[in-house]
This record gives sequence, C-alpha cells and structure tokens, in this order.
Amino acid sequence: MTKVKDQILIDRLAEAAREGRISRRSFMNYSLAAGMTASAATGLWATSAKAQPKSGGHFRLGAHDGNTSDTHDPGTYVSFSMIQLAHTFRSYLTLIEPDGSLGPDVASEWSATPDAKEWTFKLNPNATFHSGRKVTANDVVASLNHHRGEDTTSAAAALVSDIEEIVDNGDNSITVKMAGGNADLPWLMTDYHLAICPANEDGSIDWRSGDGCGPYRLVNAEMGVNYELERHDGWHLDGAYFDKVTITVLNDPNARQTALVTGDVDAVTQIELKTKSLLQRDPNIAIDEVPSAATVTHPMFCDQAPFDDVNVRNALKLSMDRQEIIDKIFFGTASLGNDFHHSPAMPYWPDDIPQREYDPEKAKSLLKKAGAEGLEVTLHTADSVVSGAVDMAVLYSEQAKQSGITINVKREPNDGYYSDVWLKKPWCMVQWGARPTPDVMYSLAYKEDAAWNESHWENDRFNELLVKAKAELDDAKRAEMYREMALLARNDGGTVIPIFTNFVYARRKNVQHGENLAPSWQMDGARACSRWWFA
Amino acid sequence: MGDILSLVAKRLGLGLLILFIISIIIFFMVELLPGDIAQAVLGQGATEENVAALRKEMGLDKPAIVRYLEWLGGAVQFNFGNSIVTGESVTATIGPRFMNTLFLATYAAVIAVPFAIVLGIIVALLRNSIFDRVANVATLSAISSPEFFLGYILILYFAVNMGAFPAISSLSEDMGTWELLNRTFLPALTLVLVVTAHMMRMTRAAIINLLASPYIEMARLKGVPPWRVIVKHALPNAWAPIINVVALNLAYLITGVVLVEVVFVYPGIGQALVDAVSKRDFPVVQACCLIFAATFILLNLAADVGAILTNPRLRHPK
Repeated sequence: MTKVKDQILIDRLAEAAREGRISRRSFMNYSLAAGMTASAATGLWATSAKAQPKSGGHFRLGAHDGNTSDTHDPGTYVSFSMIQLAHTFRSYLTLIEPDGSLGPDVASEWSATPDAKEWTFKLNPNATFHSGRKVTANDVVASLNHHRGEDTTSAAAALVSDIEEIVDNGDNSITVKMAGGNADLPWLMTDYHLAICPANEDGSIDWRSGDGCGPYRLVNAEMGVNYELERHDGWHLDGAYFDKVTITVLNDPNARQTALVTGDVDAVTQIELKTKSLLQRDPNIAIDEVPSAATVTHPMFCDQAPFDDVNVRNALKLSMDRQEIIDKIFFGTASLGNDFHHSPAMPYWPDDIPQREYDPEKAKSLLKKAGAEGLEVTLHTADSVVSGAVDMAVLYSEQAKQSGITINVKREPNDGYYSDVWLKKPWCMVQWGARPTPDVMYSLAYKEDAAWNESHWENDRFNELLVKAKAELDDAKRAEMYREMALLARNDGGTVIPIFTNFVYARRKNVQHGENLAPSWQMDGARACSRWWFA
Repeated sequence: MGDILSLVAKRLGLGLLILFIISIIIFFMVELLPGDIAQAVLGQGATEENVAALRKEMGLDKPAIVRYLEWLGGAVQFNFGNSIVTGESVTATIGPRFMNTLFLATYAAVIAVPFAIVLGIIVALLRNSIFDRVANVATLSAISSPEFFLGYILILYFAVNMGAFPAISSLSEDMGTWELLNRTFLPALTLVLVVTAHMMRMTRAAIINLLASPYIEMARLKGVPPWRVIVKHALPNAWAPIINVVALNLAYLITGVVLVEVVFVYPGIGQALVDAVSKRDFPVVQACCLIFAATFILLNLAADVGAILTNPRLRHPK
C-alpha cells in the first residue's frame, strides 16, 4: 500500500519537474522523503526534469507601460516596455544572472586597483553589433560618455557622476577612473540606461538607428505599440533560444490577462494582483513570483518638526502593521520591510536584524518621551506611486490610530508628483525601483549630501561607513559595514519602509525557464526573451 | 446650388477661425499642466542639471508665446512641427495612427448606420410591440454601459469563451484584409453597440412624429401598406434629423474611441493623444485636438448640407 502511495508521489514529483514547477532542491527533498535513494532521485531528476533549453519558435510577450513618445535614447529610458526591449536588443557591460549574482556581458572580465578607484573592463572579442561590426572599446567609451558631461540629458547622470575619465586602453579593454573608490562599479554597469550603442565619429552614440549588440536584432519598432525582433546569430553569450520575438505593448491589465488566456501572447509582465488567484486556476498558465528590491518608501524630513525627534520617527515606524498591508493591499505579493533600504534580493543583506513589529503601546511610550502625544501629521501620496498607494496610506492611518497618532492622508495629482511633492513635502510616499546594490541605494537617497536625500537624514557614522564600504573590496568586511548601516537606518533614519514588492508575471505553460529568475526586473531581469524557451 | 456653396464657404471660414481659437486654448492648457515635458521625460531620474539640458535641447527655454507663434507660423503652411519628445515629424507620428482610427470608424459606421436606420424603421413600423420594447431596452442598455465594460463583455464571450475573435487588435503590416477585419471586429462591434441606440431612436421618433400628419393618413386611407407608408411617405421627410444624429455619431466614432483603443490595444489616435498629454508633447497634442475639432466641424457642416438637400424648404428661410 505504501509502495503505491509512494509511487503516486514520485510520479507527481516527476510531473512537477517536467513542468518546471519545482526546484531541484525541493525535488530531491521530497523524493528522499518518498523513500528514494539519493542516486535514484538524481537520475529521476535528470530524466524527467524539464528538458534542456531548445531553440525555435516565435515568442510573443505582452509588456505593460509603453508610450507612443518612447525613444531609443538610452539616457531617457523610463517606461518598462523600453527597459524590456533594451535588454532584448542591446547589451550592457555586465549583467545580473538569474541567481542574482553579477555576470559578464560585453565585458568578459574586470578588475580593480586596490583602492577601487580604477576599474579595467576587458571586452568580449566576440561581441558584435547587428550591423556586423565588432563592438570596440571606442563604442563602450562613447556609450558611457553619453551619460556624462555638463550637457547630458541622461537620467543616469547622477549614477556615473563619480567617474572622472574613461580610457580606451587600445587592447580591447577600457579603464574607468573615479574620484573615489567604488567597489560596486561593475554592478552599476548593469543599469538599464548604460546600454552599449555604436559610436559615431565625433564620440557621440548612434541610438536612433536601433542598432545594438544584444541577443535579438530589431526588425520593426513602432513605439508604444509593438516591436518585432529576430535572433542575432553570433550573439556573444549563451541563450537566445527563440527564432523570433514580438513585444507588444499592452497597457491595460485586463488586455494583458485576456491576451494570455486566449493565447494571443505567450507571456505577460505585471499581472493584476487582485485577479491573480483567478488566473492561477487556468491550467495552461503559470505565474512567476519573485521577491525584489523594489519598494515604496515613506521618507520624513528629519530636520523638520515633528520628525526631527527620533522618537517620533520610530513611533511612526512602530505604528504600521506591515503584515496587514501585505495581505490587504498587495494580496500577499510582497515581503516585509524593516525600515532600511536593503532587501534580501540585494547582495550583503544582513539576515540577523530583528523584524520591526506593529507595537502601538511602544509607539505611545515613545511619543510620551518626545512630548508629542496626540501627534497629527500629513502623509502625501498619489495613486501613481504604486497600485493601491492611497488605500495603503488610509490603512496605515487607521493602524496608527491605535498609537494615538492622526495621519491625514493627502492625495496629490499623479501628474508632476515627482517634481512637486517628492523632496518638497515633509512626508510622502515614493516608489523606488530595484537597485543592484545597497551602496547604489544608500548613495542615491540616504547620503547626507545626495540630491535625493529624501528624508534629509544626516547621520555621521552612517555616512562614514558608506564611504568606507564603497571602496572596500573585501566582501566580509563590507557585509559587516552594511549590517551596521542597516541598523542605523532602521533605528535612527527617517524612512518608513513597509514592504518590498514582488515581481508577479505570468506565462503559458509551454514557455519554460531555468531554476532561478533574476530579481533585478520583471521577466527574469527583463531578459526573458533571451533566457526562456519553448518546451 | 449657389446658396449651398456660399453656405459651405462661410462655414469653412468660420471653422478655420474656430480651429485657431482651439489651438490657442489647447496650447495654454498644456502649459498649465503641472510639471513640464523635460520632467515628464526624465521622470523620477530628473536632476536640475539634466532637466535644464533637456529643456534647452527641446527648445523649452524660450517663452511660451514665442513657441506658440513659431508653431502657428508652421501650421499655416501645413507644417505641424516635430514631436518634442521623439523629434520626429508630427505628420509621420500621427498619420498612420489617424488612418487606423479612420479605418475602425469606417468599419463601425458601415455596420452601424444601415443597421440603426433599418432597425429604426422596423421599430417605427412595429411600434409599441414587444419587438419595439426589446430593441429599445437592448440598445439603450448598450449605450448606457461604459464602452470599456461593453468591450470586456464582448472579449469575455467572443474571445475567451468562444475563441471566435482575437482579444487584442494589434495590427501588423503584412496582414491581409480578411485578417484585418477579423482582428478589428470586436472593437468595431463595441462601437456599433455604443452608437446604434442614438441613431435608431432618432429614426423611430422622427418617423412616428410624421405618422400623425394628414398626408400620412391620406396614404393610409387610400390603402397603402404600412411599410410603404413609412418608407415612401414618412422617411423622406424624416431625413433631416436622422442625418444630424448620424453625423454626430460619426464624429463620436473618431473622437470618442480612446477607451475602446485601450481595451483592445488598437493603435489609434486616441492612445497617441493620451501619451502626448502625459508627456506634455504639445505639437502632438495640438495636432490630435485639431484633427478632432476639424472632424466635428466638417461633419456638422455635412449634416447641415445633407439636411438642406433632403428638405428643399430649408433653402428658402423666411
């Protein structure tokens, strides 16, 4: 009897493995529990686990967030469909692997001087543009320079502002010289703006033609409507299994969902969380959910009453029931935030910092200490911050009532939110996309003199550590510094970070992917078109 | 005919004046929107320096009135400028989109206008019968539901449950006519449902109004069958109001389709307009709005001319 039962279990496991619903590790665990020997389980995994990637087919992807006014200028990339497209037809110096680690792209290897001030990237000699021309150091220098200089119009200008000079070494490598040490530079090179484009003779780049050195060649592009691509034979990395790729912009969540259900597309980005459980019932559809480093922060001006008192700041942090927000606003598709801007999806994440719980009593006592009982504050928000942002603010204000705090929710217009509200109002909600490393995030929005220091937080120890950690090439020492910085931000900082959102996207079951999905962007780090394949 | 020609000339002149006034209003409304195009393009990634650089590149450092006059100078020579964001000519950006919208509107109109008028005649003939009631309730329900809701219902039944038509109407260049008609059937059907009620009920009302007239009674008394009374005797005198309503609905088919475009992912001009407004891309906004305004002006004119031609009495106002 047990034997039959075990056999059923094993069959089911094999089926799950075939459909790619189960990771190798869980497969082994369950198989051993079902009474198989380790070697038998390994054999079964090898025979039944989903087939190795195979080439062929026309992959149709429905992507959200596309506009008629999008352009190929990598400096002004802003909508998600363009980021998706950029990772399909362009390449970067480095990339984020499915397991979240850093991997080679146009640069095949890189090394730094001990002070991390100079980084040398060796270029992959096999990298070619779709026009057939080889990718040279000159192209890479021009591509990076596009975001530098006084008259640059690039949104990545702040990211590369530390770079003083980029040198073509003449041996198919480049050296980036910086004002201060930065151990994260290879990670920065994954930023979606820093695409490698062909250089013009005058040192600018040719972004208009749509030529790139990515896995697919752009055949036809109608901005904000659809993009047709064909495989770039001779791409310098592994992958690019599909023969053809079409990315269709489907801004309406319902249109994306129906297109997927009816088979008009093979995969879609960003599904509606409200209807996720309904979509899950469709036997032909698989939903992928990946914890990310994207979040919604609530920065308060630490130099302005009442937020200039750390007790008030912490009382506000304690007055939020994060689990309820995850359950009710994000329908379970988020993970707990702990008031420091460093998610488990980033490297160096400290896993031993206690989770901040909802504790109105403690919040009350902190307020008493601060002499701020009956605190009344205004939280500015807009629907565009994140789907459900206003609801989230209202829920938070209800939760905060338990601590005797009145939060007035002020709904602002979506238009111009980031020019008129963010960095202007003392307390508001801000959407942050995933950044690759803690240093990038902290340098952008928590460093005392950063233009985007959204909470006006100035902590000497934190800033000292930030500079030190930035140039530290020893991973263990770095991790320890980031741990201390996380604690400082959590206990002294002025930013409430309730959650980190998950990426939730869906595909038809005949589309398969590897064991891991990159946490940097939706659709496997926006590289689904070159990493996935048809069963 | 001379009087009609002079009417057309007069109305066209007036139309140009209206377009000019609309262009001023739209320009300053876009100016009033919070934030500007450089900030909209750079989004959250905007810093003071790159916003300033982008503004300069886009020519936004000039005062608003200068920019408007520059645009106007081009527009009177039929040069509608370049999109500020993409730098491409507005005509090239909007042209194909507008053709798509026209195609969808024509598709819907070719179905909706005959359908609505024939249905109107039938319900006038069978007035107060069950059929009349059902047709009225059905068309009124269709017009009362928002278009996106109708669209979703059609998608649910025809695309998801029956699989008869595709759920999204994205177009590609190598599509045959048949596939094109098939792909765009659901959005066209949505539009048909939205505009039918208005035209059908106007046809019905206009005909029924006339049925009490002495000459209709005369026709009946002489033994003309009811359908003939309506088609031959009543309808010719009812054309004027019907043409008016048809013209208004045709204008709606072109200008009111943005929701349908979004639901069915149809690359028409409405979507282009929404994108342009969110980016403050003034030349594109201006061109889209002027197209819409011109559509209304021309169709109104056509309605008046049509009404006059079908009713000679209107050519001699007392």
